[in-house]
Amino acid sequence: MRVYDLPDRYGHFGPYGGIFVAETLIAALDELRAQYELSRNDAEFQAELAHELKHYVGRPTPIYHASRWSAHLGGAQILLKREDLNHTGAHKINNAVGQALLARRMGKSRVIAETGAGQHGVASATVAARYGMKCVVYMGSVDVARQSANVYRMKLLGATVVPVESGSRTLKDALNEAMRDWVTNIEDTFYIIGTVAGPHPYPMMVRDFQAIIGREAMLQMQEEYGRQPDALIACVGGGSNAIGLFYPYLDGDIRMIGVEAAGLGIESGQHAATLTRGRPGVLHGNRTYLIQDDNGQIVETHSISAGLDYPGVGPEHAWLKDSRRAEYVGITDSEALAAFHSLCHYEGIIPALESSHALAYAAQLAPTLGRDQLLLVNLSGRGDKDMGTVAQASQIML
Amino acid sequence: MSRISATLDRLHQQHKKALIPFITAGDPEPAIMVSLMHGLVEAGADIIELGVPFSDPMADGPAIQRSSERALKRHVSLKDVLAMAREFRERDDSTPVVLMGYANPIEAMGHEIFAQRAKACGIDGVLTVDYPPEESQEWVAILERWQIDPIFLVSPTTPQTRIEQVAKMAKGYVYYVSLRGVTGAPTLDLDEVASRLGQLRASISIPIGVGFGIRDNATARAIAGIADAVVVGSRLVEEIERSPHDQILTNVARVVAGLRGAMDEASQAIAGR
Repeated sequence: MRVYDLPDRYGHFGPYGGIFVAETLIAALDELRAQYELSRNDAEFQAELAHELKHYVGRPTPIYHASRWSAHLGGAQILLKREDLNHTGAHKINNAVGQALLARRMGKSRVIAETGAGQHGVASATVAARYGMKCVVYMGSVDVARQSANVYRMKLLGATVVPVESGSRTLKDALNEAMRDWVTNIEDTFYIIGTVAGPHPYPMMVRDFQAIIGREAMLQMQEEYGRQPDALIACVGGGSNAIGLFYPYLDGDIRMIGVEAAGLGIESGQHAATLTRGRPGVLHGNRTYLIQDDNGQIVETHSISAGLDYPGVGPEHAWLKDSRRAEYVGITDSEALAAFHSLCHYEGIIPALESSHALAYAAQLAPTLGRDQLLLVNLSGRGDKDMGTVAQASQIML
Repeated sequence: MSRISATLDRLHQQHKKALIPFITAGDPEPAIMVSLMHGLVEAGADIIELGVPFSDPMADGPAIQRSSERALKRHVSLKDVLAMAREFRERDDSTPVVLMGYANPIEAMGHEIFAQRAKACGIDGVLTVDYPPEESQEWVAILERWQIDPIFLVSPTTPQTRIEQVAKMAKGYVYYVSLRGVTGAPTLDLDEVASRLGQLRASISIPIGVGFGIRDNATARAIAGIADAVVVGSRLVEEIERSPHDQILTNVARVVAGLRGAMDEASQAIAGR
C-alpha cells in the first residue's frame, strides 16, 4: 500500500498548499518551520505535549455509542468521538496547547490568534493564561456580536479582543488582521492559527497537533469494538477537526466524509460549501478551493455556524477531494439545527452547531445502512456557545 | 530594454531619483483614474504603481485596504484596471506602469491571458505581493515571454540566499520594504535602510526602490539620498480619501510635486558633492 507522506518540503499537497505570502512574512515562517521540525522529532517536546493533553486538556476523550439516537434513526450505529469533553469544550485546544508550547520554546512572550466562532480564540486565551503569555485575539465585528459569550470568556482569561471592521467583518478578515499584526511584531509574537489553512507549515503543523483525535480513535475502536468504523464523518470549515480524525486513517480505505455548511441551500448562493462550489485560487498564504466571484474576489459566505463560515478550506482537504480519498457533502442550516435538537433529545448532549452538520449527515446516512455498520462522527465541540443562535432560530428571546 | 529600465537609466544619467507613486485603481471612482494618472506624471512621477483592488489585501495597512474597498464598491475588476492602463497609454507612451496586487484576481483571469492582455494595455511590470520567488518560477517565465518585468519585494528580514534568488528573477527594479509591518506603518529607521541597501547592492544589479512608511517630504528626501527610487502609497491614498471630490486631482498633484521637489534637492546635493 502507498504510504501517504504529504505535504512535500514546501508544504504542497498536490497542487494545493504552499507558501503564498508577502516577503515580509517569509523569515518568520522559516523560523517557525525550523523550530517545528526540531520539536516534532524531539522526545522531550512530545512528552511535554502528551502530559499537557492528559492533565490539562483531559484526554483521551471517549468514544460514546449514541444508542438511543441510532435506534431512533434505524440503521447504522452512530459513535461519537467526544471532543466536546475537552477543556474549553472543543477540539481547538489540542492545537492551541501544541502551538503555545512551541511559542514558549521559541521564547515568544506574546501570542495572537484569529477566531470565528470564538472557540479557537478561547483556546488561545486559555493557553496564554496557562503559560503566562500576552494574548491578542482578532475577531470580525459581526462575529463579536453573534458570539458575545465567547468574547467575554476570552476577556476573563486575560486576552485582548480586537473587533475587526474591515471587509466582511468575519473570520477571513480576522485572519488578515492577525497576519498584519504578526508582520509588524514578528520579534516577540507567535501567531497561533486555529485551522489547517494558512502558509506552510501551518496546515501540516495544525494537522499533526489534531491527529491525536484519529490516533486515539483507532486504539479505542480496536479495544472497544474489535474493529475500525465503516465511515468517518466530520464537519469542515477550515477543516482541522476533520483532518485530525482522518489523517491517521489515510493509508487505509475507510470511507471519509467531510461535511460543509450548505447554509440556506447550495443553490441560494448563501453557503460556505467551499469544496462543493468553490474554485482553486490563492488566499491566506495557500492555494486551495475558494468561494470567489469571476474576478477572483473572495465572496462573503453564510452559515448558521460561525466556525464554518469561511470562504476557504485547508489545502489538504482540497487534495483529498481531488484525489477522491475523501468525499465532501453539504448540510443546510435547518438540517444542522434538526440534528442539534435530536442529539439534545435522544442523548442528553448539546452539540456545537459546527458539529451538528456532521451529525446531520450521519442521520441521513445511517438509515441507508445495516445495523451492524459503525459510523464514527467527530463531535468536535459542545453547543453552550450557541444558545443564543439556536434560541433565535426557534424565535425564543433569552 | 523595457520602458522601466529605460526610464531608470535615463534618471540615473541625469543624477535623479525615480518617484513612484502608488494609487489604487478605481479609488475613489473609475471615471477620474486616467486623469489622475496623467496628473501624477505632470506633477513629477516617473513610474506609476497601480494597485489592483482585492477583497483580502493581507500585506496592506488600513489606508490602502480602505481604498481597495472603495474601488470594489464600484465593482472595479482586473479587466477594468487593464482598460484604465490602456486609456492612459493613448496619451502617454513613455511613463512605465506597474501593476501591484495579489495573486487571486490574476489566477482567476489565467496567467497567460492576463500577461497577454497586460502587454496589450501597455503594462510594464507586475508585482504580485503573495507570490514569493519559490512559488513564482512558471509565473516569471510567462511574464518574461510577454516582456513584462517581474518586480519582487525584499524585506529587512530577507536572508542572503533569498536575496540572490530575487536578484536572478527580478527585472526592472527591486522593491525594498523599508520597515517591518504593513503599508503605511509609521516608523522607519533611516540608518537601517541605508545599511541594508548597501548589502543588497552587493547582490542586486538593477535599481532598488524603497517603500512602506514614506509619509512626508523629509523622509522622501532622505530616502532619495540613498535609494534609486522612492515609492509613496499610503500618503497619496489618504490624500484621495480625505479630499473633497472636486479637489482630488489638485491635492494629489500638490503632494506629488512636494515629494518631487524634496527628492530633487537630495539629488542636487549628491551631484554637487
